[in-house]
Amino acid sequence: MRHIIAMLMENEPGSLSRVAGLFSARGYNIHSLCVAPTDDPTVSRLTLVTREEDEGIVEQITKQLNKLVDVIKVLDLTEGEHVERAMMLIKVRATGARREELKRLSDIFRGRILDVSNSTYTIEVTGVGAKLDAFIDALEPKSILEVVRSGALGIGRGTKSLRI
Amino acid sequence: MELTGAQILCRFLKDEGVEYLFGYPGGAVLFIYDELYKQDAVKHILPRHEQGATHMADGYARSTGKPGVVLVTSGPGATNAVTGIATAYMDSIPMVIITGQVPTQAIGSDAFQEVDSVGITRPCVKHNFLVKDVKDLAVTLKKAFHVATSGRPGPVVVDIPKDVTALKADYVYPAEVEMRSYSPVTRGHGGQIRKALKLMLGAKRPMVYSGGGVVLGESSEELRQLVQQLGYPITSTLMGLGAYPGTDHQFVGMLGMHGTYEANMAMHGCDVLVAIGARFDDRVVGDVKKFCPKAKIIHIDIDPASISKVVKVHVPIVGGVKEVLGELLTALKSSEQQADKAALATWWEEIEGWRAKKCLSYDNSSELIKPQMVLETFHKLTNGDAYVASDVGQHQMFAAQYYPFKDPRHWINSGGLGTMGFGLPAALGAKFAHPDETVACITGDGSIMMCIQELATAKQYGLPVKIISLNNGYLGMVRQWQEFFYDKNYSQTYLEALPDFCKLAESFGHVGMRIDKPGDVEGALKEALALKDRLVFMDFITDPSENVYPMMEAGKGHNEMLLRELA
Ligand SMILES: Cc1ncc(C[n+]2csc(CCOP(=O)(O)OP(=O)(O)O)c2C)c(N)n1
Repeated sequence: MRHIIAMLMENEPGSLSRVAGLFSARGYNIHSLCVAPTDDPTVSRLTLVTREEDEGIVEQITKQLNKLVDVIKVLDLTEGEHVERAMMLIKVRATGARREELKRLSDIFRGRILDVSNSTYTIEVTGVGAKLDAFIDALEPKSILEVVRSGALGIGRGTKSLRI
Repeated sequence: MELTGAQILCRFLKDEGVEYLFGYPGGAVLFIYDELYKQDAVKHILPRHEQGATHMADGYARSTGKPGVVLVTSGPGATNAVTGIATAYMDSIPMVIITGQVPTQAIGSDAFQEVDSVGITRPCVKHNFLVKDVKDLAVTLKKAFHVATSGRPGPVVVDIPKDVTALKADYVYPAEVEMRSYSPVTRGHGGQIRKALKLMLGAKRPMVYSGGGVVLGESSEELRQLVQQLGYPITSTLMGLGAYPGTDHQFVGMLGMHGTYEANMAMHGCDVLVAIGARFDDRVVGDVKKFCPKAKIIHIDIDPASISKVVKVHVPIVGGVKEVLGELLTALKSSEQQADKAALATWWEEIEGWRAKKCLSYDNSSELIKPQMVLETFHKLTNGDAYVASDVGQHQMFAAQYYPFKDPRHWINSGGLGTMGFGLPAALGAKFAHPDETVACITGDGSIMMCIQELATAKQYGLPVKIISLNNGYLGMVRQWQEFFYDKNYSQTYLEALPDFCKLAESFGHVGMRIDKPGDVEGALKEALALKDRLVFMDFITDPSENVYPMMEAGKGHNEMLLRELA
């Protein structure tokens, strides 16, 4: 199953490599990873997505992450109600009549055109991974020039929050 | 008061109460060595190889419970220390390793003797630090000692660039440190403890499986009380030997790959297993699917990640073994329910049946010296009181089987990493801590060569350890596997061109003895023990074909052991 694991850790050089090293050393899968400082600049929030069939391994992942000395808190967001977003920037060939059509498609996906040239559009789309996939699927494959996607970010619903 | 980084380090070690620093100098740590020269609060010990330094600090730590402290230079000093750091990591030994580093401005430039010590050691330390500002030095050192010694202990590396050791900062000894990201749990959950006690007392065929965590957690006394009050059988892992008296009737011997028949059969047959400070290592468990098929399992451990990692358990208790056992004892005292005496008597009858097989008997009428006999004799002569450090191989298993330990911290061996070369330096480290006790190193003709240079350290500091080398002319443990599982293709396991160990020992200024007749074993051991102030290297020429039994092959269950067949 797919799990979104969120954690707070000391914003120090080397913290990220401890997390990445743990996954490679123990052979756990990382599907995506996002990390940046929070409102408290001494704390980073890292969100990672992993796909493991064995729930025992997911339990080990959270325990091993908790064991890292730099890690302050770990939460498996998938255990509760949560919202999830990822972002994609995509550059597409846009010429002639295709320009109008692409604009409409982007609107349907609530995308924003961030940059325009005489032959291209650069579009921003946010949403869950499946929505981003769907946007790609809706495009003519040959028209796609470049794709950049963030990993997923997640946050729990309601009043509970992951803070120190 | 303004001090240089090097002065801060020396002052800190003194204030932290560090007795010995096992170190080896080099360019990046010259300022530190200059300060060490000017003080005598911390005794600096010079090994002959950085691996030796780490194993010495490790032997000191294992035999005392205090952290072992190491200082090495950058580059090759740090990489030479890695084997010792990984050895300590696998067995959760508290150590602080200070590595010199090239100056801050040179980091990342492939400078002379630069390696990424923090990167190289990351997977084999509990934590590590790079100190970039001298103002952070004292606090970082304190954090290192705190992390190394609390919770599940382990080695911590502090990498200090050369310029940091020369720059100045104010120094006050940080008596305590706060780390918001690190707070190990020590008290067990009350509800879980009550649940565990109920399960334990309801058992018809209980079994206690205790591990190295009991030694590390200083909880032998609590363990002994609990086991004796309940009357339950107890087995131990290789790492836990000595936590419970090895000659007590309730102790059924070590379990696992080379455990006793009775311990493994009791594991297989038990209905409630109480795992205490043990981590279900593959050498203990064998095939996970065949492990304790009838048992409900209680697991007490300070490390939540150890719980249900290998084997799913029914009642986990996260907490310090000492605290949890203490709470179990209190709960037992006020409990109305008591152990099921009648069921227990039947269970013991069954265990005695297994014990009657005498799985550790060997051919003691042989013309050749049997390694088992050497260890049994050594046990008799030392009354089970010696500190015994071991290398890795058959001799290590023989020591575990034939030297029943009375007390914790007396059995010093690399169980997790299985590091050949560990024995001699670890014995020396233990001897520093226990100058008036008998300290022995049990080794083989293969292992001893891996840190043989430390014979010089033993000479320099006058460390009269007793080296018992079981010389079978082979890398015996590997030879045994080749005999059993690889068609007797003895590929690269015969040690041709062994040195004359007596002369070798003598050349370092020690006493060498060669013993090749069974009738001479006891006399030689007595003589060596009587030479109180000399290191004696006893080269016992043993039966080259002897194997370690019983044996549970990898992938087998506890009830599928190979036993020694005697004519
Ligand atoms: C550093 C290292 N290299 C290789 C091994 C693999 N190994 C395990 S036991 C063993 C043989 C040890 O031989 P010896 O020290 O003579 O002891 P014996 O088994 O003969 O008692 C070897 C090579 C190891 N454990 N450690």
